[in-house]
Amino acid sequence: MTTFTPAPGAAPLPRMIGAQTALETRMLLRNGEQLLLTIVIPTVLLVLFSAVPIIDTGSGKRVDFLAPGLLALAVMSTAFTGQAIATGFERRYGVLKRLGASPLPRWALMTAKTGSVLVTEILQIVLLTVIALALGWSPQGSPVAVVLLLVLGTAAFSGLGLLMAGTLKAEATLAAANLVFLLLLVGGGVIVPLDKFPGVVRSALDLLPISALSGGLRGVLQHGAAMPWSDLGILTVWAVLGLGAAARFFRWE
Amino acid sequence: MQSTPAVEVVGLVKRYGAKAAVDGLELSVARGSLTAVLGPNGAGKTTTIETCEGYRRPDAGTVRVLGLDPVTQSAQLRPRIGVMLQSGGVYPGARAEEMLRHTAKLHADPIYPALLIERLGLGSCGRTPYRRLSGGQQQRLALAMAVVGRPELVFLDEPTAGLDPQARRATWDLVRELRADGVTTVLTTHFMDEAEQLADDVVIVDGGKVIAQGTPEELCRGGAEDTLRFSGRPGLDLLSLLKALPSDSAAAELTPGNYRVAGKVDPQMLATVTSWCAQHGVLPDRIAVERRTLEDVFLELTGKELRS
Repeated sequence: MTTFTPAPGAAPLPRMIGAQTALETRMLLRNGEQLLLTIVIPTVLLVLFSAVPIIDTGSGKRVDFLAPGLLALAVMSTAFTGQAIATGFERRYGVLKRLGASPLPRWALMTAKTGSVLVTEILQIVLLTVIALALGWSPQGSPVAVVLLLVLGTAAFSGLGLLMAGTLKAEATLAAANLVFLLLLVGGGVIVPLDKFPGVVRSALDLLPISALSGGLRGVLQHGAAMPWSDLGILTVWAVLGLGAAARFFRWE
Repeated sequence: MQSTPAVEVVGLVKRYGAKAAVDGLELSVARGSLTAVLGPNGAGKTTTIETCEGYRRPDAGTVRVLGLDPVTQSAQLRPRIGVMLQSGGVYPGARAEEMLRHTAKLHADPIYPALLIERLGLGSCGRTPYRRLSGGQQQRLALAMAVVGRPELVFLDEPTAGLDPQARRATWDLVRELRADGVTTVLTTHFMDEAEQLADDVVIVDGGKVIAQGTPEELCRGGAEDTLRFSGRPGLDLLSLLKALPSDSAAAELTPGNYRVAGKVDPQMLATVTSWCAQHGVLPDRIAVERRTLEDVFLELTGKELRS
C-alpha cells in the first residue's frame, strides 16, 4: 500500500471525544490570559480578602464566607468568561469551521468543550479548597448539594458563554465577557455580601445565575443548609434558557 | 457505485443577498481524477467548493459528493473527505505537529503524522504555535491536515497561495502523489501553470458559471493560433516566405528585424522558415515557438481588465 491509498473512516467516538477534550484543555491551560482569569484572580481574591478585613463579611470567619463565593467565581470564569472568549476566537479563526468538516460530530465537539471546562473546574476547585482549608475554612453541608449546584451552574454559564461566542464578533465577546465577569464579581455575592445592596436592587441581583450559585454554595457550605431548591431552580432556568438560545442562535462561521 | 462521479453538481445556484455567487454551475469530477477549478477572484470557486464540503446549502440545484448529499448526509460524508480551507482552521496556540497529530486521531487509519511533517518540510517548525508560523507553513499544515485521514476525495482551496517556489514544488509533488495513489482531488487555483501541470481536467469558472472545461491540451488547442518568432535583418521580403507556407499562415515584421509567423506551428513549418532564411542569407536569431498556454485561454475567456 502506498502512502495516500484511501482508507477513510472516523475514529471511534470515545477516542475522538477524548482527544478533543485533551486538546481543548491544553489550549486553555497554555493560554496566559485564561490562566489569569481562571486561576490567578480567584486565588488572589481568596487569599487577599481572607487575610485582610477589607469587606465586612458578617459574623463568622471571613474564609467561610469567601470560599463558597470564589468557588462560584471559578465556575463562572471557566464556563462563561473563558469558554466564551476561547470559542469566540475559535469561530473567528475558522477552527470551528474546519472541525465541522472533520469526522468529529458537532455534538461531540460540544461534549469535548464541556469536558475541558469540567477538567479545568476540578483543578480550580482542588486548588481553592486546599488554600481555603489552609486559611482555616471549615466547610459544612452535603457534598451532593454542592456538586449539584456546581454542575447546574456550569450548565447555566456554558449556555450563556456559548450564546455570546456564537453570535457576537470575537472582539465584542472578549470585551463583553470580561465586563460581565467584573460586574458579576462585584454584584453577584462573590466577595461582597448581597445584603449590602438596597432591597430592590438586591431582589434583582438574587435572580442572577452567579448569585444563585454563590448563595446556594454559601447556604450549604457555610450554614449547612439542606438542598437549596430555589437556587437550583434559578440555575436550571438559566441553563435551559442559555443552552436553548445557544443551540438556536449559535453560528459556526 | 464506483462508476458514479466523485462530485456531481447540477444547476447549482447560491445567492448572498441579491447577488448570485454561483449561478447555474455544472461540475462533474471523475473518480481518481485531479480537477482544477480556475477562475478570477469572486468567480464562485470557493462557494462551489464549500457547498460540496457541506458548509453551504444550495439555493437551487443538486450537489452529490461520493453519491451523498453534503448537507443531509454530512455524517457519512465527512470521514471520507479531506478539506483544506483557504485560510485558518487551527487553534492559534496549537503547535503544528500537535494539531496534525490531533487531526490524525479523529480518523480510523491515518497516515503517520511524522511522515507528512517530513514530506512537507514542517519539521523545523513542528513545535511552533500556529499563530507564529509563516503563511506558507500554515498552508502546508492545512494541506497535511486535509490528507492525514487517508480520504478518498480531497478539496484543496488555493493550496499554493502564498507559497515560495520550493514549498510550491513540495505541494505539487504531494498532489501528484495523491493522484497516483488513487485519491480524487479537486483544487482551486489562480495559477495557470499549476492547473496545466497538475490537472487531468480544468474547469474555468467566471460569474458563477463554468465557461470552459476540458483537459489542459483541449483547452489550449483551437482559438488563437500558435506563433513562431525570430529576429533577423530588417526589411526581409515576407511574400516569398508566405508562398512557401500553408495558405492560412500569416507573417509580419512587428518591429524592424523582429518577425512573427502565425499559423499551424509544426516541425514542417519550422523547417520551411529556417530554409527560407538560409536562402536569403539570414541567420535567424532568438527563434522561438510559442504555443497557446492556459493563461492565454484564460485571459481570452475572462477578459484582461482587472477586477475588484
